[in-house]
Amino acid sequence: MLIRRPSDIPSSEITPESQYVNRRAFLGTAGAIALARLAAPSALSAAVGSSQDDKVTPEEDATSYNNFYEFGLGKDDPKRNAGSLVTSPWTVNVDGLVKAPKRWDLNALLAGLAVEDRVYRHRCVEAWSMVIPWRGVRLRDVIARLEPTAGAKYVEFTTLLDPRQMPGQRSNSLVWPYKEGLRMDEAMHPLSLLATGMYGKTLPNQNGAPLRLVVPWKYGFKGIKSIVSIKFSATQPSTSWNDANRSEYGFFANVNPTVDHPRWTQAKERRIGEFLRRNTLMFNGYQNEVASLYAGMDLRKFY
Amino acid sequence: MTASRSGPTGRRVVRGLVWLAVLGPVPWLMWLFVSGGLGANPIESLQHRTGHYAIRLLAASLAITPLRTLTGWGWLVVSRRTLGLAAFGWAIVHLCVYVGLDLFFDFELFLEDVVKRRYITIGMLAIALLAPLAVTSTKGWVKRLGGARWNKLHRLVYVAMLAAITHYLWAVKLDITLPIVYFIAVGLLLGFRLFIYRRRRVEKAVKDRGTIDAS
Repeated sequence: MLIRRPSDIPSSEITPESQYVNRRAFLGTAGAIALARLAAPSALSAAVGSSQDDKVTPEEDATSYNNFYEFGLGKDDPKRNAGSLVTSPWTVNVDGLVKAPKRWDLNALLAGLAVEDRVYRHRCVEAWSMVIPWRGVRLRDVIARLEPTAGAKYVEFTTLLDPRQMPGQRSNSLVWPYKEGLRMDEAMHPLSLLATGMYGKTLPNQNGAPLRLVVPWKYGFKGIKSIVSIKFSATQPSTSWNDANRSEYGFFANVNPTVDHPRWTQAKERRIGEFLRRNTLMFNGYQNEVASLYAGMDLRKFY
Repeated sequence: MTASRSGPTGRRVVRGLVWLAVLGPVPWLMWLFVSGGLGANPIESLQHRTGHYAIRLLAASLAITPLRTLTGWGWLVVSRRTLGLAAFGWAIVHLCVYVGLDLFFDFELFLEDVVKRRYITIGMLAIALLAPLAVTSTKGWVKRLGGARWNKLHRLVYVAMLAAITHYLWAVKLDITLPIVYFIAVGLLLGFRLFIYRRRRVEKAVKDRGTIDAS
């Protein structure tokens, strides 16, 4: 198998493929394909908002500084404790408003779907950030395979519940199992990814193996890890952090520099590996791609 | 409780340990910094570590008087000052890491934090309360103020301690175990002081053949 090293992944992949393709098509009709290939990176960077200095975070940092409370509350706990997680075989139970509820083997669930490499900014609600090269499939492709019914308006994800494998679940820091959810249009957005790998490798346990959600315009806690259940529903599902502290963690949790967390500013962030804080971008810099999902919504109310 | 039964060697050992607790973290943090032991977010790690040192040293300084009462080791009082000043020092380092490294002297953001975030507000209060105690920690100031007034002033340390733990409690995201442990520990120390204070008043009242007034 050919494994690309992180340095081989162009920063242009931070932009969704659709836009990347469209731009090339547009420039192609102008009869300047060769030129466009040269010009594309800077033009695209402008399109997603100053992504030129988005250097990929060192793999060591991304795999040793984690919030995964199932393995402990300290940032270095998941790496130390996640060895106890058995990721194969792995099943994902699919139910709710779906044509055929079924317990899927993970390999069967993903078989034949296009595997993509995506370099995304990752912004934690705690005001730190990383740039991570993910590998995975589009969530929309998985949803298409599962065939939700017309009544499905939300999709709910659940993490494995097993205190023997996940020692952090022996204490009641959060209500276990961890739950997260998306509105259907958010889930169907081409940026939404179900990751199975990062840095060109299989996903490490501490990063949510074998299957995790990546929604790059939302705070990191939306990116639920070690998913064992996908459920479609007509109403907004309850989600773990929202349940734990409603005033601090919203259901939408879109990255928004103008809506502060009650206990700290969200206007700035510390990129891991950098000294000075940088400005946080609206929707984590994916405004052009996702802002339309929230047209007309009061983002102060629906934080 | 003037005379001590522990010899000069014992005193030296105890004082040595106190100084180790106070200054030991300096080379330790330097080593962690150089070796990468502070992890992916060294500034956050420094913030947390220095805060913990300050709170623990302050709690240790509060433990000295009960310890003197129980053991009769009057000479421990010297270590009380060492611990108290060190706690203030680490609190200042904690503040410097926050303002200088985390915010990089963005005073606008700093003021916003102090006004808007209650855990920062009360943290600043804790440091503000410790400052006059640090200044008046010298023998000269004890003389100038007089023992009784000095003692009264330095009772503020309990308020500062509670403010510091509340700062910690309000800062944590989820797991409040450690702040609660600190509260209990300080509650016990304060309870001990109040118990001794009451008992002395009773003894004094009995000696004076007077009665205990209700207040």
